[in-house]
Amino acid sequence: MADFTFEVVTQDRTVVLTDVEYVLLPGVDGSFGIMAGHLPIMAALEIGALEFGPLHGKRRKIALGGGFTEMHDNKLTVMAHTAELAEEIDVLRAKQAKSRAEQRLADRQADLDITRAQIALQKALLRLEVADED
Amino acid sequence: MAQSSRDIKRRISSISKTQQITKAMEMIAASKLRGAQETVVSTRPYYERLTSSLGTALRAVEQAGEELPEMIQGRGGDSHCLLVLAGDRGLAGGYNSSIIRRAEAFMKEHPETEMVIVGRKVRDHFRRRNRTSLAEFVGIGDEANLRVAQDIGQVIFDFFEHGLFDNVTILYTEFINTVTHRVRLRNVLPLPEQIKEVKNAGPEPLYIYEPSITAVLETLVPLYVNAAVYQALTEAKASELGARMNAMRNASDNAVELIRELNITYNRARQAQITKEIAEIVGGADALQS
Repeated sequence: MADFTFEVVTQDRTVVLTDVEYVLLPGVDGSFGIMAGHLPIMAALEIGALEFGPLHGKRRKIALGGGFTEMHDNKLTVMAHTAELAEEIDVLRAKQAKSRAEQRLADRQADLDITRAQIALQKALLRLEVADED
Repeated sequence: MAQSSRDIKRRISSISKTQQITKAMEMIAASKLRGAQETVVSTRPYYERLTSSLGTALRAVEQAGEELPEMIQGRGGDSHCLLVLAGDRGLAGGYNSSIIRRAEAFMKEHPETEMVIVGRKVRDHFRRRNRTSLAEFVGIGDEANLRVAQDIGQVIFDFFEHGLFDNVTILYTEFINTVTHRVRLRNVLPLPEQIKEVKNAGPEPLYIYEPSITAVLETLVPLYVNAAVYQALTEAKASELGARMNAMRNASDNAVELIRELNITYNRARQAQITKEIAEIVGGADALQS
């Protein structure tokens, strides 16, 4: 299969820049895949796991903290709030973040920002999931 | 001599100690500045790509004749949010005070202004004058930290969504080179018109928007706000370090000059002392002889 250029960038660094066959992205209405020769597309991305690599076989994973993607000229760019490759994830920190968020949701103090705590929990769970399968 | 030579000696030693400190601070700022300068440059490609995507999407909305979301079109109100980016510490020449002056001028022009403050110096200044702010970020260090920038962006965006204000402006110093920085105001929300003009070269492809163009814009705008905050923060930090480096260099140069002058005074005093002693001895000998 034909490859295309795939890039994930956050503001402070380029997370990956490589040629791949297939990318699976966490879209707002569920995951969707992109292969070479896709029509120009812009899509909103949710917090979720991103996979890239061969269509069949072992793919690498990224924990994505939401963002935006654009494909044109056979180049797919993901601009993310946060993005970490599975092997970069600090499992210990993610675990701490998870219990902290759970604690906060359980306590339910008056000034609690529930949405924010839920997002924190979601991100922590995602990181653990992505890191785990690596 | 009004000053005894011992006093002068003491002053010389105190000034040269200060000089060692300012010299060290200058070198620390210079070495941090090198890193900060690289960060400033490295944020540009991301920012440019984001604005070009944003421009494309905005033009597509226009062509489709759809309504732009509020965060882009603006609500037309006159209340402002001023994000003030400055330093936690002084000893940077006029860096903090020039920011403060501009902030005060801005609030005079726009009475309905709420502030979000980054930097201890500015916070303390306004606290002494009983001016409250919506949020404060202090002690964020000498490096522009992406996580801090995202927190700030998120806070401002949330406030904007809740309708606390209609316009968002960032006040920061643009980094031009190590000796020059310029105080700048930058409108962030509603989106400045010129973004619509940002284009890639060549014919524009027809995009698919997933799940919808509005949803795409709604994710792009927060990314844009964060990017603008982060970029302004990198420039502010680089300017601060540059300003500190220069202030400390001037202080060191000044110390050299002071020490030189004091040494002359000291030598003169010493010479006068010797001359006086010789005159006394000669006078004494003359007295014995006659």
